[in-house]
Amino acid sequence: MTALSLKNVNKSFGKVHVLKDVNLDVEEGEFVVFVGPSGCGKSTLLRVIAGLEDATSGEVSIGDEVVNMTPPSKRGIAMVFQSYALYPHLNVRGNMTLALKQEGQPKSVIEERVQTASRMLNLEPYLDRYPSELSGGQRQRVAIGRAIVRKPELFLFDEPLSNLDAALRMNTRIEIANLHRQLGASMIYVTHDQTEAMTLADKIVVLRDGRVEQIGSPMELYNNPANQFVAGFLGSPSMNFFPARIIQDGDDRIMGVRPEDLFLADDGILSARVSHVEKLGGDTNVIAHLKDHQITARLFGQHAVEEGQDLRFGFNPQSAYHFDTYGARLY
Amino acid sequence: MNKARSNPLNTLAMHGALILYTLIALFPVFIILINSFKERRSIFREPLALPDSESFSTIGYETVMQQGDFFLYFQNSMIVTVASLFFILLFGSMAAYALSEYRFRGNMLMGLYLALGIMIPIRIGTVAILEMMVATGLVNSLWALILVYTAQGLPLAVFILSEFMRQVSDDLKNAGRIDGLSEYTIFFRLVLPLVRPAMATVAVFNMIPIWNDLWFPLILAPAEETKTLTLGSQVFIGQFVTDWNAVLSALSMAILPVLILYVIFSRQLIRGITSGAVK
Repeated sequence: MTALSLKNVNKSFGKVHVLKDVNLDVEEGEFVVFVGPSGCGKSTLLRVIAGLEDATSGEVSIGDEVVNMTPPSKRGIAMVFQSYALYPHLNVRGNMTLALKQEGQPKSVIEERVQTASRMLNLEPYLDRYPSELSGGQRQRVAIGRAIVRKPELFLFDEPLSNLDAALRMNTRIEIANLHRQLGASMIYVTHDQTEAMTLADKIVVLRDGRVEQIGSPMELYNNPANQFVAGFLGSPSMNFFPARIIQDGDDRIMGVRPEDLFLADDGILSARVSHVEKLGGDTNVIAHLKDHQITARLFGQHAVEEGQDLRFGFNPQSAYHFDTYGARLY
Repeated sequence: MNKARSNPLNTLAMHGALILYTLIALFPVFIILINSFKERRSIFREPLALPDSESFSTIGYETVMQQGDFFLYFQNSMIVTVASLFFILLFGSMAAYALSEYRFRGNMLMGLYLALGIMIPIRIGTVAILEMMVATGLVNSLWALILVYTAQGLPLAVFILSEFMRQVSDDLKNAGRIDGLSEYTIFFRLVLPLVRPAMATVAVFNMIPIWNDLWFPLILAPAEETKTLTLGSQVFIGQFVTDWNAVLSALSMAILPVLILYVIFSRQLIRGITSGAVK
């Protein structure tokens, strides 16, 4: 059974066409991540799925039922917002139970679900506190708890980690992954952070300018990007692009090589001048200029490379990608 | 803390300026208060002197209590002010919410139309208002005043509140929608508490002109049983003789309720509960 399916979904705000013919199927229990640069329409798409915005045309179905005309609360979804969006006048328990009370669930059910959710998220000591008395990480856990108690068919996360600091972000990321394993529910997660996308997703949807660029598992997208945009968006540091004529005269294609596929070689085909070195201990990132093009090489281990040095890099021709001048992948 | 603020000289100058301003602002009130407790001759002989055993007299307050139904006037003023404020805040915030939250055709025009009232003094329409009140039989009723004051206060209320409501987090409202709250619950339970400081500002701005107004009570509700306090105090001011004791005493008593209302509203200006809802 498909948890969610979108058929030719379009959305316009006045004359601005934000979503263009989006098609997508999410299987039961799948973790799908929408990723793309800001302004690409990923949050709008999530809002259309949630029912907070109406699709201008196209069909949204959740669990085999067309929900275009169903209000958000009846769609069997729960949403976690970037800004937490907790109710300031209710304590943690009140925040978590409000939706269940609105549904008219019996008290025993409500109590049991709050117990389960708060145990899962270590929120038990905070149930009687108000949002203003919680730290950022705790607030985000309450927001997630508020989603869990509803037992939705579909969880929607709208950049839930972007307000947290780096250390907390990693912990919460792992927590969300665990949660997905425990609950087995379908989840849709919006982010602009490709690390979150790669680590959490079963399936990544890359969006640009309201269009789906590619859908696939993280490794599929990494190993086999459909075009230059996807190739450049996934992977960190991002893929190096340079005109193929640097290597071969008269070749007007664009070549892409991942920073981790470059290595130092005395007879290397690329000759570049180092402009900056980032020594991370485990890796060394070398940023160098290849004529007018900046390239990044990720060298494993520690290397004594200095700025201003001339280096030669080599790469395995099989690890290179080729794109035409419009950015479409050739091979 | 920045340097300018921690400098003792600056602090002194700042407090000096504030204290001076407070004194200037409170001086007339103080003069009214002390003179209301003096007998007539001392008011004119030494207007700035405090009442002493010789000049002390409560004759003004006694006159006010005896002449006219002072408590009724008081009650009328209170009813008119509180009811008008209630309607201004209720309808003003609802209109502001609609304008700031929903996208509909003519949203912008409607906002401008509602704000237009700020620029046009309502008193220009006095004759038309009077004719309307006569036609509807509302003359000499408190409703006449309440309706006029509500109309008078709405433009500014809508203008201020819609600005503030635009700042209320969309995520919070959307979370409510997903949790199945109705638009009314979202408005009353989530949005209104967050714009409480703005509501208090609007209330204070509207309260004082309504309480002090003489024009509309005189024209629309001059009957004995609907007189407001300001209008009631006018009986002591004659064309040839003015009972200053009574006027000052009535004014002193009129200050009190405004003061109390002001304290209530200004407490609301303090944020606190609002923090922590959204980052």
